[in-house]
Amino acid sequence: MTLQPENLKYLPSHEWVYAPQDGSGIATIGISAFAVAELNDLVYMALPKVGQQVEAGQEFGEVESVKAVSPMYSPIAGQIVEIHDGIVDRLETLNSDPYVQGWLIKVKMSDPSQLDELLDFAAYQKLLAQNG
Amino acid sequence: METQEHKTALTDWHVQNGARMASFAGYQMPIQYTGIVAEHLATRQAAGVFDISHMGRLRFDGPRADQLLEQVLTRRVLDMQPGQVRYSLVCNESGGILDDVLVSCLESPSGKIYFLLVVNASNKAKIVRWLAPHLVDFPDVEFHDVTESTAMIAIQGPKSIEVCGKLFPASVLGLGYYRARVTEQMSKPCIVSRTGYTGEDGFELIVRAEDASRVWENLLMAGRAFGVSPVGLGARDTLRLEAGMPLYGHELEENIDPYMAGLGFACQCKDRNFVGRDILAERSKEELAVQRVGLVLEGRRAAREQSACFDMAGNPIGTVTSGSFSPTLQKPIAMAYLSRHAAILGAEIQVDIRGTTARAWVQELPFYKRANTV
Repeated sequence: MTLQPENLKYLPSHEWVYAPQDGSGIATIGISAFAVAELNDLVYMALPKVGQQVEAGQEFGEVESVKAVSPMYSPIAGQIVEIHDGIVDRLETLNSDPYVQGWLIKVKMSDPSQLDELLDFAAYQKLLAQNG
Repeated sequence: METQEHKTALTDWHVQNGARMASFAGYQMPIQYTGIVAEHLATRQAAGVFDISHMGRLRFDGPRADQLLEQVLTRRVLDMQPGQVRYSLVCNESGGILDDVLVSCLESPSGKIYFLLVVNASNKAKIVRWLAPHLVDFPDVEFHDVTESTAMIAIQGPKSIEVCGKLFPASVLGLGYYRARVTEQMSKPCIVSRTGYTGEDGFELIVRAEDASRVWENLLMAGRAFGVSPVGLGARDTLRLEAGMPLYGHELEENIDPYMAGLGFACQCKDRNFVGRDILAERSKEELAVQRVGLVLEGRRAAREQSACFDMAGNPIGTVTSGSFSPTLQKPIAMAYLSRHAAILGAEIQVDIRGTTARAWVQELPFYKRANTV
């Protein structure tokens, strides 16, 4: 399983999580291409610090465009083990690739079963289609 | 606020051309087509074409139309000549701002002199109600709300003149700043006014609703070679913010007077009478308690409306009314009302942005000034 949109799980608020079953229990989190397109013209992003705990559905940072500020929510609970170094200074990366090149944080999951409660790619696509 | 959703004559065009739409003052308006920054920069570098048909357009006919408007506008109207446009305010009895408007004195092709008042979309219903008793005083003045029967299109940016040169008679291009005339675009009647809300040179056009798509398409077609693009309300807001222009509902409110807002130039209290005149004449001599200023912030995070401002000792000194990342300056800018003691150019202050403090400096408005003024 590779990090590509079809293999990710999603929150309706447009965050994605990639959790390969490699025994590490480490999940990678970012925001979807749809979210990046919606926000448009990203100018600022605030990310948490390594070591912080997040809960599922809890705000872990914020992203700001010229026009608006949006909170970003964690799809799963756990401890933050890595922040994508320098990504906040290269937000344009998210325009071209919000997945492999544009991931944001890595979390050591405390309850991997939470993954089952998230939207899979098909369900997320359906949600986007419904919201027009 | 009106509950019914209105379309402008161009709403369908915006939807068909992929604009992101939103309701603004009851109208379905384009927020952006390709993106706020791209549209903003296109306007600064070439020109942008804006649908501003949501703005209220009120027409006054009859020989005493000027006298009626003289009673309600803070700016002198009685001496206006055909072709002149003035920025003015409408104030209440206590000097609070009800709206900021453009008043034009125009001459129709048949030689009739009339006045046109362009008001904010969100204030139109309020202003029409406000005018009602004055209209009773002047039964001979014919009043028409022509907002729905017309459309309003702005072209703003350094290439505006060249683009309009392809579409309008040469006489139009010679219009001075804040001048307007009734003319034609491809034999369609059109009011052309050298005014705008972006800090750029350009025109604002008023055409019949049924002619709107044609004029709109003509502008875009004539502008294609110059890099002209349609621009939504998102960039209109960042453009006017850089240009230091106030927006009703943000910098202007009924509890703000013209002097606090830095709009004292629009109050002519001498030798005339209008609603709010006496109190405004008094206020003009008083020291200001608060005033509108510009702020430039550190970093890339923008202060937004309602962000609280503090002096370096942590005392509250005011509130942000508009803020955004500036596409031209590539840094966050804002407008705020600060108490007089804090409103010192260059002074460092602190702004609370959703719980964290950012450093900011008081700066003279506008943030952006075009190189060549008309």
